[in-house]
Amino acid sequence: MKKRRERIDRGIKVRSEDVYALVSWREMLYLAGPRLLPAAAFLLLPFFLGPYWQKVMISVAVFALLAISWDMLAQTGIISLGQALFFGMGAYVSGILNIYFGMPPWITIPIATVSGGAICTLILRPVLRLRGIYFSMVTLIVPLMLVRIIEATKIFGGTEGLSGMTPLPSTRVEIYLVTVVLLGVLFGLRRLMETDYGLVLKGIRDNDRSVTNAGINIYWFKTQALFIASTIGAFAGAFMTHVYMFVGMPVFALDYSILPMAAAVVGGGGTFAGATLGAVILVPMSEALRGIGGLRIVMYGLFLVVFTVAIPEGLFDYIQRKYHQMERWVEIDQ
Amino acid sequence: MFAGTLVFALINSSILILLALGFNLTFGISGVANFAYGALYVMSAYLSWTMLNLLHLPFWASAALSIVFAMISGALMYRFVLLRVRGQALSEVIATFGIGLSILEVFRYLGLVGFEYTLPVFWNESVMIAGAYVDIQRIVIVLIALALVLGLWLFTHFTSTGLAFRGIAQDERTALTFGIDSDRIATLSVSFGAGLAAIAATIVIPLGSIAPDEGYDVLIKALAVCIIGGLGSTGGVIVAGIIIGFAERFTDTYIGSHWTMIVSLAAILLVLAIKPSGLFGHQKELEERI
Repeated sequence: MKKRRERIDRGIKVRSEDVYALVSWREMLYLAGPRLLPAAAFLLLPFFLGPYWQKVMISVAVFALLAISWDMLAQTGIISLGQALFFGMGAYVSGILNIYFGMPPWITIPIATVSGGAICTLILRPVLRLRGIYFSMVTLIVPLMLVRIIEATKIFGGTEGLSGMTPLPSTRVEIYLVTVVLLGVLFGLRRLMETDYGLVLKGIRDNDRSVTNAGINIYWFKTQALFIASTIGAFAGAFMTHVYMFVGMPVFALDYSILPMAAAVVGGGGTFAGATLGAVILVPMSEALRGIGGLRIVMYGLFLVVFTVAIPEGLFDYIQRKYHQMERWVEIDQ
Repeated sequence: MFAGTLVFALINSSILILLALGFNLTFGISGVANFAYGALYVMSAYLSWTMLNLLHLPFWASAALSIVFAMISGALMYRFVLLRVRGQALSEVIATFGIGLSILEVFRYLGLVGFEYTLPVFWNESVMIAGAYVDIQRIVIVLIALALVLGLWLFTHFTSTGLAFRGIAQDERTALTFGIDSDRIATLSVSFGAGLAAIAATIVIPLGSIAPDEGYDVLIKALAVCIIGGLGSTGGVIVAGIIIGFAERFTDTYIGSHWTMIVSLAAILLVLAIKPSGLFGHQKELEERI
């Protein structure tokens, strides 16, 4: 009996990357597995983790959200060097609503998510016409400036910050809230980018002038993409405020800009899954390496360099390619 | 009070110009993004300090060695990192920013912070100018800044290498057809920029002390001067340096020291929003915004 090797995806991917012909449960599993497995892992893992690693998991999900928000902008051709702006804005809005107006978390988080996103969009709207590196420099500078303004005017607790927010009921609630949002955002945005709407956004990244020529108002689309991304970032910030029960100048710190970017670069941009994968790798690693303290940022820096220079497509792309190249032994018909 | 503020504003402007010159040469004139600039500044300062205090070399030798070392590390950085992402401005920024971050955080981890980490002044004396005591070091800074600006202007306008620097920023492909080896020129531009960072460190650090945070500050100040003055313009650096220098010193005196940084940051934002190529830059409208 002679055998030969056959690509598993050959019978499934009949026409192109995303047109499938499924004839068995096994083939369906081939496609659904990579999507269901991480979702199930995120939902079931909290039952098996200790309290400390549950907190780490919350961090993973928050940084994954920020990385997805970075990737969303990157797919529209906007490179942000200041995810901390979105995070910090959400954090401050929900903190202020909770401390000064006494609103409970289940009101402050949604309000902070939407209004934080709207404020960030309004702040960046005037410079949205800038392309490439010029926009990036603006995003790098705005959070730095907000920190200095808070320091100088001493509003909202100044350098001390605000503390004593209402905590969420339990760690389990925290985990499931952020995980469900993460999975919703991840799969929702993946779906969104496949639609015609997503096509326009990707078109703006590839060649904004030809999209303009097609009679599409690219500023309106860029504003929408910016709003989506900043809303996601603002949710992460609003949520973390109630987890830490503190909001202050550190929410605009460089960490919240660098780590999401590093995660998206390590995992690979353009898929959202890559950004999530990057956060899943980097955050626990940085927790495990807590002992080396400040050297963690050195590590992120080196990751940024190595991955942009040597593996620009990221890990996820590599894994995806290898998955589709998997082979099995089949018998040769005589 | 007012005259003294004016004198110190002038000195502050000179410091800003000095800090921005190297960054302007690499990023402004030849268009190669080097966001590790601040890290190179801090690194050469620490290097100089190490040679001076641990190896007991004379000051001029350690300063010269640190400048040479900075130039070599700039060239190596281009050869091994930037060359591979050349032309993709954002990858250049991310990669060099990553390098700068790593260098600065290593120094922060080593904990080399304190008043003993500083370089000696050239002459420890001061003179009276317009009712204010000004030490000689600050006057030296003004003179060296002037000399370097003039030198840089002559270099980029009258030497073939300098013209090539401007050529690769204007149009790299056309530059290639004129026989300019753009990789060699870009290597030189990163290397010269790093060298100027080291020179600035040697002269400016004696006024304060070396600290990893300086790296971020220097990068932002250099960015501010470079963006406001205009990419590709040496004269713009002077004007922008003077604008920011005076604005900072006057806010410091009349409003409060917390607001000094805000002024330069706001100035960058304003210029970026209105005229991204800066006050004196050559506008490339469609590349900057659409």
